[in-house]
Amino acid sequence: MSARRLELQASLRLEAFRLEAELDLTLEGVTALFGPNGSGKSTLLRVIAGLDRAEAASIRYDEAVWADSARSIHLAAYRRPVGLVFQDARLFEHLDVAGNLRYADRRSRRNGGGITWEGVIEALDLGNLLERRVARLSGGERQRVALARTILTRPKLLLLDEPLSALDIGRKAEILPYLGSAPRHFGIPTIFVSHAIDEVVQIADRMIVLGEGRVQAVGSVSEILERSDLQSYTGRFEAGSLLEAVVTGQDEAFRLTELSFAGQTITMPMVSFLSVGDAVRLRIRARDVALAKQRPEGLSIRNILAGEVVEVSEEAGTAFAEVLIDLDGPRLRARITRASVSDLELGPGERVFALVKSTTFDRRAISRRQ
Amino acid sequence: MPDLAPLWLTLHLALVTTVLLLIVGTPLAWWLAHTRARIKPLVEAVTALPLVLPPTVMGFYLLVLFSPNSWIGSFWVTVTGKTLTFSFSGLVVASLFYSLPFMVQPLQGAFQAIGPRPMEAAASLRASPLDAFFTVAVPLAGRGFLTASVLTFAHTIGEFGVVLMVGGNIPGETRVIAIDIYEKVETLQYGEAHLLSAGLLIFSFAVLVLVYAVNRRGFSHVR
Repeated sequence: MSARRLELQASLRLEAFRLEAELDLTLEGVTALFGPNGSGKSTLLRVIAGLDRAEAASIRYDEAVWADSARSIHLAAYRRPVGLVFQDARLFEHLDVAGNLRYADRRSRRNGGGITWEGVIEALDLGNLLERRVARLSGGERQRVALARTILTRPKLLLLDEPLSALDIGRKAEILPYLGSAPRHFGIPTIFVSHAIDEVVQIADRMIVLGEGRVQAVGSVSEILERSDLQSYTGRFEAGSLLEAVVTGQDEAFRLTELSFAGQTITMPMVSFLSVGDAVRLRIRARDVALAKQRPEGLSIRNILAGEVVEVSEEAGTAFAEVLIDLDGPRLRARITRASVSDLELGPGERVFALVKSTTFDRRAISRRQ
Repeated sequence: MPDLAPLWLTLHLALVTTVLLLIVGTPLAWWLAHTRARIKPLVEAVTALPLVLPPTVMGFYLLVLFSPNSWIGSFWVTVTGKTLTFSFSGLVVASLFYSLPFMVQPLQGAFQAIGPRPMEAAASLRASPLDAFFTVAVPLAGRGFLTASVLTFAHTIGEFGVVLMVGGNIPGETRVIAIDIYEKVETLQYGEAHLLSAGLLIFSFAVLVLVYAVNRRGFSHVR
């Protein structure tokens, strides 16, 4: 996996406001560009791809200058080693699937990166779609072909512009694993635009938060989700934590999957696509976590995690408080009432037990890691 | 059996005109479909003029322009040794103006219907603008090209007023089928006039049926 540095400054006039974006980060794996609708995510992506011009922009990628308005430099879109997968796929309707892929393959100027025709078709399961006319593809298939087509240009940077937004939930689940795995499989740094935190959690390692016309934060997904000052962007409803875990068991009799992390165990309803040894990422919503000061006995809740309180933030004027718990490395966020905080006398340094009902996990809460 | 020379001359003129207009009209239509220039309505109006102008008016001005006394006419004489007036070359040039809207308007519509999206996709796949034009825009506008060419061809075949003004009635040089019919009627050869007129009528009808049939069924890839 190669890491590349992106330095960007762009001043964009959007319909309602201005976006002053400033970024300097190393791209590796999948980075989510996250923000509410209308925050300028897609426009920023189009500026990076060279399809739109910012009023003022300077973009350097991997030491190459793509745009510098101070020096009147604007590299045309087709000269930038960028691949953009559009929201609406934009397959060429006059060509079949193979024709669309060949269009990209022929024009690719690099033969590096170990990206081959066969490799791409295999990674995206397109073998039996090659002869298909584009008009006869389903929404999910279209996006898979679009992704394959873009990868075949051997880009140094892959941009995904909300490729899931036009799909229903079933189709999303079908394409999500490919979106997460293909960029890593082919070692292409990727920026993935999304306004849905559950997609970000499943696919991305790091995220850029856009809001109110500027970049609000850049960091790892779990770090950002833990930050209460960013909750107006990431969404209170969504507040939660991410745990990196390993599958340690599949209990066929009780239909449970057992995960383990930092010496503790979590069980959840069986996720059949996982097998023992798989690395996974699990999302636990703050509101699904309850706290106890002693290890509870005779309880139906199976997941009891021992930890230590790091921080308690009470939300003035509401009934709620958020408690950040250190589980010996990984951190867990719990949303409980302020009354409970007071009753349990919770404060930094207190030993607590976090309780999570197994039934609060669904398939969308978990994703396989590479 | 009527003399077939006017028929061949007419087809020759229509073919040459269509090919030349494809070359000239395509970039013009592309520009009109994409430009935001202020002079766009002006250019569109000039392009559409032959649709509303009496052919005699157009023919008259072209005659004046083509005359060896004008700089265009005299330049042509210097270069080719022949005059533009009352010659086949003059007919071709006149037809280029006369049939221009029949080429440009369907093409402009087809290019506008494609929109910027497929072209952006092509750019993101490393296709230069010219490459994208030939490999994406042209195939997607296939139906527009067919319609434009057929209409241009058919319209040029039916040309009368402009030809009469600019070309006159010289057998083998400017006597096209429409002029020939006029001539036959003038000399009271109604039988031959009938034959030629019916032929032209059937041809024009068949062409329009073809155009509408193609537009209705379309090529499945055109939105």
